[in-house]
Amino acid sequence: MSKLKIDTVSRVFPGVRGGAPTRALEPTSIAVEDNDFITILGPSGCGKSTLLRIVAGLDQPTTGNVLLDGQPVREPGPDRGMVFQSYTLFPWLTVRENICFGLREKGVAEKQQAETAARFIEQVGLKGFENHYPKQLSGGMQQRTALARALANDPKILLLDEPFGALDNQTRALMQELLLGIWEKARKTVLFVTHDIDEAIFMANRVLVMTARPGRVKCDIAIDLPHPRHYTVKTTPEFAAYKARLTEEIRVESIRAAQDEH
Amino acid sequence: MFEPLKPVPPGRRTALGILFFVLFLGLWAAVTYGGIVPPLFLADPLKAAQAGISLFTEYGFAGDVGVTIWRVVGGFVIAAVFAVPLGILMGAFKGVEAFFEPFISFARYLPASAFIPLLILWAGVGEAQKLAVILIGSFFQIVLMVAVIVGGSRMDLVEASKTLGAKRSGIVLRVLLPGASPQIAETLRLVLGWAWTYVIVAELIGAQSGIGHMIMDSQRLLDTGQMIFGIVVIGLIGLVSDFLFKQANARLYPWYFLK
Repeated sequence: MSKLKIDTVSRVFPGVRGGAPTRALEPTSIAVEDNDFITILGPSGCGKSTLLRIVAGLDQPTTGNVLLDGQPVREPGPDRGMVFQSYTLFPWLTVRENICFGLREKGVAEKQQAETAARFIEQVGLKGFENHYPKQLSGGMQQRTALARALANDPKILLLDEPFGALDNQTRALMQELLLGIWEKARKTVLFVTHDIDEAIFMANRVLVMTARPGRVKCDIAIDLPHPRHYTVKTTPEFAAYKARLTEEIRVESIRAAQDEH
Repeated sequence: MFEPLKPVPPGRRTALGILFFVLFLGLWAAVTYGGIVPPLFLADPLKAAQAGISLFTEYGFAGDVGVTIWRVVGGFVIAAVFAVPLGILMGAFKGVEAFFEPFISFARYLPASAFIPLLILWAGVGEAQKLAVILIGSFFQIVLMVAVIVGGSRMDLVEASKTLGAKRSGIVLRVLLPGASPQIAETLRLVLGWAWTYVIVAELIGAQSGIGHMIMDSQRLLDTGQMIFGIVVIGLIGLVSDFLFKQANARLYPWYFLK
């Protein structure tokens, strides 16, 4: 049985003030296996974030349903950890307190909270910043904290909605290595939404390409690069071949998306 | 100095602030000592200061000041204790807001001072009536402003908390409330300033003590020095309470004041 089953999920947003309804997502089915690292690649506005929000339970599908370990998803829950593109750390909590947020909601004993927090602070390289407030951190550090906050809950699946989208290129590359390193060790099941082709190939074992709006999965490409992956993999011929193929796939959609705007 | 939005060095900032007080005092001295305004209408600065000293030494003015502070703080605290939770509930739950908001928006425009004759009828001229004036003046304002602050909470933080397992009470108590607290505290600071204007109005009518009562008494004796001193004291107390409130906020919510 698949870890996560997205079964003919579609989403139509009702029209605003008598306008035509927007078809954001065509009926989409995806099976995510345990330990999969899947990246969903698509042009902006293709409904990939909508799909992720439906999996998280933050949005309801118009048709179809989502099953996690066979159980239907109806509302958000700590079994699906999420990292957003925007900075969503609680500004009144320190790094450590942010990471402990989910554990506290769960009623975990304070001593155990502190131990878990220390472990993830170490993992994302934020030692020495435990007592900083989010405003005192760089964008990359904030997203590392957000990642640690989601991981501390020990979710069944990690949902990442362009988490590095607002970061500069160098920081973004380091964050990709960090996340990949964590995945290689912990083997979490990951669903990662991005519009960056390099990012999609580098981290994934499967890349799903989505079409322009209304979005649907256009192709499902297995990325057969060995682990552990070093950043130098990005300059290998194999990587370049994947990149050439995905560039073609995504380019057609980007052109369509751009034309639809007129 | 007139570069838009350009910061001013702290030393010059203080100097400019003091300069205004000096100019104000200078103007006051000029019109009184220069004979432009007769002493009957406006006492000169020295007379006002002397009147102030005699108020404290001969007429027990400290007692009046104490009574007025007690009334302001008492009425304000009672208002805040009920208004803040109601405002939070209204901000968090749209149904609660729909129920209360129209009435409170209406009640907010009822001038507290207009209730004084009615309140005297109901509660007499004792302390209950003074507190009630401040309560009416502060309560509705606090409710509405707190509701707007909480209602404007960041949706992305609420969603993040849901994906971390927060349920209804967790969202209200550990996301909406801490996020809105610094602004709620700022609102309370603002409304406390308004409470001072209500208390003086309440004390002008049917009071036996308080700063407002002293000002009213001085008018009967045409003692503009005492009246001016009374007004200045109100301003000074307002300044001090505002300063203390700001300090407390900065200490309670360090994260909010980070640059």
